[in-house]
Amino acid sequence: MYFESVNGLLNMAGHGPYVWSCYGLFFALIGINVWHARSQKMKALKRAQAMARRNQ
Amino acid sequence: MSQSTWRMPRWFHQMGSPKWFYDIAGSLQPWFAVAAAVLLIWGSVWGLAFAPADYQQGNSFRIMYVHVPAAILSQSIFLTMALAGAVGLIWKIKVAFMVARSCIAIGATFTLIALLTGAIWGKPTWGAYWVWDARLTSTLVLLFLYAGVMALNQAISERQVAGKATAILAIVGTINIPIIKYSVEWWNTLHQTSSFTLTAKPSMPADMYLPLLLTVLGSYCVFALVVLVRTRAQILHTQSGTTWLIKHRDITGAT
Repeated sequence: MYFESVNGLLNMAGHGPYVWSCYGLFFALIGINVWHARSQKMKALKRAQAMARRNQ
Repeated sequence: MSQSTWRMPRWFHQMGSPKWFYDIAGSLQPWFAVAAAVLLIWGSVWGLAFAPADYQQGNSFRIMYVHVPAAILSQSIFLTMALAGAVGLIWKIKVAFMVARSCIAIGATFTLIALLTGAIWGKPTWGAYWVWDARLTSTLVLLFLYAGVMALNQAISERQVAGKATAILAIVGTINIPIIKYSVEWWNTLHQTSSFTLTAKPSMPADMYLPLLLTVLGSYCVFALVVLVRTRAQILHTQSGTTWLIKHRDITGAT
């Protein structure tokens, strides 16, 4: 590891808050997008299943 | 007199079939999900904890591993959206319009990430969160273009008409992509030139650019995954009640 301790990794010589907030934003926004896409697909699947049952 | 006509390859027309696309996308989805998770985690851990600090920017340069992929993807996705829209307009392929529509939210997300992480990176580097620099301004215009495409798509209830309208707006909007790309060369800007090009050897040591390569590839996998999932959702929405879908294992529950 480049840093000598976990504290050093978290603090990054004063740049920690900038760096960690960027990674938090990146993963949070991507996670929300993947989750939203998946929930849309599940909703569409349930709707298609209900329609198929009605048509039987 | 013999007349030879140029035809598109078979796979091109197969991709236009909702059933074919639905099945192929379903089998590709888990691979992209695993690749995205592995590449993003690997690249981020390497970039955060193991890459050496930059001699000028110190540790704030580690923001590059999320900022640069987001910026690259924001432009690539807009081009993909315009290309899919053009395919839909030229060959009248409905699935192409669905793919274009699936690009909007993920493209806008990557643009927002690029702007926000760029602003945060700007503070320790330039002393300001925002400057009206050519690169930053043209990227903000890209976010507005995504918002415009999204609004237009949702304002028209008839899907086919919405698909055509958004395709035209996306094609016209691609004029902004070379402006973003060359803004750092055409104008005197605070923003640095590209960290990464396909044609030149990287100016950074391998320990610095390899994590970036991983997060860029991981972000492309996220994009592919989201587009496949969203397009499948649209296929389910528009094709529900059709014979092939009623008999499909996803509907019947058969394995």
